Amino acid sequence: MKNSGLKFLLCWLATSALCSAHAAAPLQVTDDRGVVVTFAQTPQRIVSLLPSLSETVCELGQCQRLVGVDRYSDFPLSLRALPQVGGGLDPNIEAIVALKPDVVLMGTSSRAGERLQSLGIKVVALEPKSHADVKRVLEKIGQVLQVPDAQRVWRVIDAGVAAAAQSLPASVKQIRVYFEVNRAPYGAGESSFIGETLTRLGAKNIVPASLGPFPKLNPEFVVRANPDVIMVGDRDYAGLDGRPGWSSLRAIKEHRVCIFTAAQADMVVRPGPRMAEGARLMAQCLQGKAS
Amino acid sequence: MTDIGRQQRMASALGLGLLLLSVALLLIGASVGSTGFESVLQAWSDPVAMQIVWDIRLPRTLGAWAAGALLGLAGAVAQGLFRNPLADPYLLGSASGASLGVSLALVFFGVSPFATQWLVRLGLTGAAFAGAVGAVLLTLLLAKGVQHTLRLLLAGVIVGVVLGAFASLTMLMVPEVTQAMQAFMLGSTGFVGWTACALMSAVWLLCVVVAWMLSHALDGLSLGEATAASLGLPLAQMRVALIAVMALATGSAVAQTGLIAFVGLAAPHLVRSVTKTKHGRLIFLASLMGGVLLMAADMLARWLIAPQELPVGVLTAVLGGGYLLWLMHRSTRTSKGGAL
Repeated sequence: MKNSGLKFLLCWLATSALCSAHAAAPLQVTDDRGVVVTFAQTPQRIVSLLPSLSETVCELGQCQRLVGVDRYSDFPLSLRALPQVGGGLDPNIEAIVALKPDVVLMGTSSRAGERLQSLGIKVVALEPKSHADVKRVLEKIGQVLQVPDAQRVWRVIDAGVAAAAQSLPASVKQIRVYFEVNRAPYGAGESSFIGETLTRLGAKNIVPASLGPFPKLNPEFVVRANPDVIMVGDRDYAGLDGRPGWSSLRAIKEHRVCIFTAAQADMVVRPGPRMAEGARLMAQCLQGKAS
Repeated sequence: MTDIGRQQRMASALGLGLLLLSVALLLIGASVGSTGFESVLQAWSDPVAMQIVWDIRLPRTLGAWAAGALLGLAGAVAQGLFRNPLADPYLLGSASGASLGVSLALVFFGVSPFATQWLVRLGLTGAAFAGAVGAVLLTLLLAKGVQHTLRLLLAGVIVGVVLGAFASLTMLMVPEVTQAMQAFMLGSTGFVGWTACALMSAVWLLCVVVAWMLSHALDGLSLGEATAASLGLPLAQMRVALIAVMALATGSAVAQTGLIAFVGLAAPHLVRSVTKTKHGRLIFLASLMGGVLLMAADMLARWLIAPQELPVGVLTAVLGGGYLLWLMHRSTRTSKGGAL
């Protein structure tokens, strides 16, 4: 056991030629579409078409292997210097091929996956949506990139979320929260990624799991639920208190509305490795607005 | 007599011009993209450059032509069949049907990727095609056949609205698929490969031959249904065949490239603004015009903000609409209510 671990380490320190000699058995990964992707060698050139996947690659310390990203991948900042190959749903196929990637990481809902595969490019489609998915995606990408410490990275993130929860006094823990995803209005339900974070922080969500992850709500529903705290992105905040009947909401009367900037909202809503930062932001909000 | 001769010459000239333009655009298409012209120069030495030119640029350029040609053909058939200048390929509900198919496929992909292996195999392309053709069948069912043009039109509108509403509902209930749906609705030629190209070309060939063989029915219909019937044409069967052509052409194009706006509506009008001709020629010319229009739009789509891409549907609307508007104003200026 110990011996194989040492070999693995040596393998990493050694040149890639030595490495491929050791890694005789090809690596097989099953992605979220159920497709089995086989790698003869550890991929060195990666294109990522989903911000949370780009962040995951970097969190695993493999940022330098990214050769291209989608236009929404903006963290860490070094990614902005990489070639952008369009969006996850409307990528420029030719630009991706020109980067000669060993693997393309992307979501499951894009038509681009089939096309890239037919051009002989390996595609691993992963769709993180929940806390459990963040862990799973970390492990999957760790497996693809042959990075052994995905588990450790996950433990750090998980501990970060737990620490954010523990920072809250017991009195704050029965607050009823409404998280507005956008002004349609869509709310974040208990089963969504955001809802999971809220639950871990001990706060109550006015949108029950039975309504699904991101239900379109009747504004009346929010008025009747009368949340203690409202969380909203700054883009959707304008006019919130002017909605019919909303001016009488406790959260609005007592100025208990947390407004996240776009950069903060990314941490809060992206099912990626910055979820602990997101949880910390939400904990700060709960502490500041509810005491 | 001389006028007819002149129109025929105009039609031949237009056809030739469009063909030449197609070839020219194909050549430019091979050299425009994220990496620019150097890919063509390096194609023989660099396998990746070769792949870019041969496996990406050429099929997508040809594919754009084929999809545009299918839509132009379907548009000409629809306008002839319904004797309505506003008819377009999506008239019988195919667009909404395709949207619904894709949105359902996306929802089931997203929710349980392992439970729906058959759906994965069908893919978004298959779902779009099934949806488009299914919607037309539903329209035929609701209209109880093809005898009544008005009933068919109304049934098409109803199917379009209802299926469209369901597609919107799906997007509302599962907002995760909204962006993917928007991408589909704007249309893209970026994912067309050789297989798709071959498929569309085969369908185009079939549709053009069938539509051309039935074009005298469309000529007859343009004189009114009673006149057409009195000419002894088996109208019912011909209509079924023409609707099948329309559904097949539209479904194939939509499945591969998404809902591309305006090509089907504009192409026949653009042809008519140049020359007056019978449907046999009109169908072929509208097809060529649609192909050229979409090919040009595809080229601009990848060139304007390279290395990123614009959705091609935005450009077809702007290009086709702008050109049509210009023609309209020019013809009213010169002939006081001419071609359009």
